[in-house]
Amino acid sequence: MDSPDTDWAGVRLHVVTGKGGTGKTTVAASLALALASGGRKVLLVEVEGRQGIAQIFDLPPLPYEERKIAVAPSGGDVFALAIDPEAAMLEYMEMFYGMRSAGRALTKMGIVDFATTVAPGFRDVLVTGKTTEAVRRRGRNGRRIYDAVVLDAPPTGRIARFLNVTHEVAGLAKVGPIKNHSELVNNVVKSPETAVHFVTLLEEMPVQETLDGIAELRAAGLPAGGIFVNMVRESLLPQAALDTAVKGRFDAGELVLGLKAAGVADGAEATAMAEALAEEVVEHAHRTELERAERETLAGAGLKSYELPLLADGVDLAGLYELAETMRTQGAA
Amino acid sequence: MKKPATLDVDAILDDQGTRIIVCCGAGGVGKTTTAAALGLRAAERGRCVVVLTVDPARRLAQSMGLTELDNTPRLVSSPEGGGQLYAMMLDMKRTFDEIIEAHADPERARQILSNPFYQSLSSSFSGTQEYMAMEKLGQLRRSDEWDLIIVDTPPSRNALDFLDAPERLGRFLDGRFIRLLTAPAKAGGRSAFRLLNAGFGLMAGAMTKLLGAQVIKDLQTFVSALDAVFGGFRQRAEMTYQLLQAPGTAFLVVAAPERDAMREASYFVERLAEERMPLAGLVVNRVHVSPAPALSAARSAAAAEDLESRGEHELTAAVLRLHAGRMQLTARESREQEHFSSAHPTVPVVQVRAMSEDVHDLTGLRQIGDLLATA
Repeated sequence: MDSPDTDWAGVRLHVVTGKGGTGKTTVAASLALALASGGRKVLLVEVEGRQGIAQIFDLPPLPYEERKIAVAPSGGDVFALAIDPEAAMLEYMEMFYGMRSAGRALTKMGIVDFATTVAPGFRDVLVTGKTTEAVRRRGRNGRRIYDAVVLDAPPTGRIARFLNVTHEVAGLAKVGPIKNHSELVNNVVKSPETAVHFVTLLEEMPVQETLDGIAELRAAGLPAGGIFVNMVRESLLPQAALDTAVKGRFDAGELVLGLKAAGVADGAEATAMAEALAEEVVEHAHRTELERAERETLAGAGLKSYELPLLADGVDLAGLYELAETMRTQGAA
Repeated sequence: MKKPATLDVDAILDDQGTRIIVCCGAGGVGKTTTAAALGLRAAERGRCVVVLTVDPARRLAQSMGLTELDNTPRLVSSPEGGGQLYAMMLDMKRTFDEIIEAHADPERARQILSNPFYQSLSSSFSGTQEYMAMEKLGQLRRSDEWDLIIVDTPPSRNALDFLDAPERLGRFLDGRFIRLLTAPAKAGGRSAFRLLNAGFGLMAGAMTKLLGAQVIKDLQTFVSALDAVFGGFRQRAEMTYQLLQAPGTAFLVVAAPERDAMREASYFVERLAEERMPLAGLVVNRVHVSPAPALSAARSAAAAEDLESRGEHELTAAVLRLHAGRMQLTARESREQEHFSSAHPTVPVVQVRAMSEDVHDLTGLRQIGDLLATA
């Protein structure tokens, strides 16, 4: 059930990263909905223990277990999984070595705590390992269980290190099962089946961090995907008005007439209000100008870019579907 | 609803008894900018200040003249009136290395510094940054060279991890696991698990299977070397923790007027109370205001619709739509803040309005400082 008309046909693992506050989880959730629509099955994974997926879908906290959380437009299911590194480690030991009781002993000794917390390379390899396992998993009919997996990943500053597990683990484990496991992960993460998407706002710091993140990713040989520009405000004013406002030559005179015509105010009150509104227009024009500059900077990265509107009522379930629809229209899914 | 008290920033900065200000909050809310702006303002009011920052955005670092991460406070500005502003970026690995070098003989230090586990722990353990920020804060305070230290907390997943980090590290170092690993070394450096009983044998087998024999060996060397060094480690962490509870410390929770950030702010406020840490107040950054607050969103939208239906004054209609959007935004932001204040009515609040541009220089920081103080 491939959809060759989208920009990411063939991609099975969508990793979503972004600076804090850019709406990474929102974008990951919407992308999962978008990818699932039309009867596909998608797994949405979170790894930071924040229960962000549960919050955004207005659900009780998710356990460490894949469960269906939403139905996509025109059929299709979104499943979610909150990965707990400790549980992942025990599962891993049981799956590969049949050592459930030893696993419990390790937990009691604080060793699991140690391995998952103190050596973050181990922690990351467990988390990415569980994620890539879901990507590769096949059903009885030999087909993949999930058409796509969306990973709500750590923020931009940590993403390259997080995904570059073999490198992180190499210093610690030169041979042995962890090393082999990390290579398995590596094969998925560095393949054309994976794309790492960046979420940003049209503001200086997130844009800069996005570019830094892309450079870091490329240096590590990891596949950069697209850029999702989030919370974009459409400009309601004609370009000509914005241009004059930026130059500080916006004339409040026309507004006075308009306010009077609309019966909002008259006399001195209309003039004062028009001037206040003109001030607002100038501010808006400056911001629009800055956003234009940031958009250009982003274009320099040479990645596909998608724009998502600012949701007037904040992020809720309806908002997620709206964003998912926008993504599909733009070819992101 | 009763309006919360206004946070008097200048009173905190001018109080000579204030020795440490900790800015904490979720990622992306402008913590570092707030810390830097407070630092500059305090210096311009005559105090000798050092701002300790963890991983600032590049432009902000440049705005304070910080170009390298060298773990040394650099003079940023010495305004008239005798005050001084220093700033430094935390280099967590170097801070950690210095602790090792200070506590171990050269041979042992070399052993630890070259161990792969130490390298992993010192450069990427998720608690290391928090721990080292605490350690550095303690060092700066003990040096007594500055009369005010302003620190922004690391952008951790849970931004109060820095409070837990020492305990976690301590728990790890004091744990049974560590004692287990160090025991054989003390018994003459024989195989890690040879002297242990059958229960441990099972576990040792599991460990070796899981991690590989080399890992176990490295880990054991690391732990036994570290164990000898870290006698005073926990004690120092305790001291810094107590320093944070002392009356000379002021915690500022920083947020933006959005649901997630305000929710995090609530969590910090509760957590600080639990830990008996002195909370000074809440800073809400990036608050949107309108120059025309008298015209409500509803009236503005209705007027726009009226003009549009008549096909007149297109520009005014567009401006009214813009204004309606702005008023909606301010209303939503006020609601988020009201939620916070109804849950925490005694916490003083100060708002900093959104600026159209990021801060690039001291002038920008000064402007933020003015907004913080005169809201």
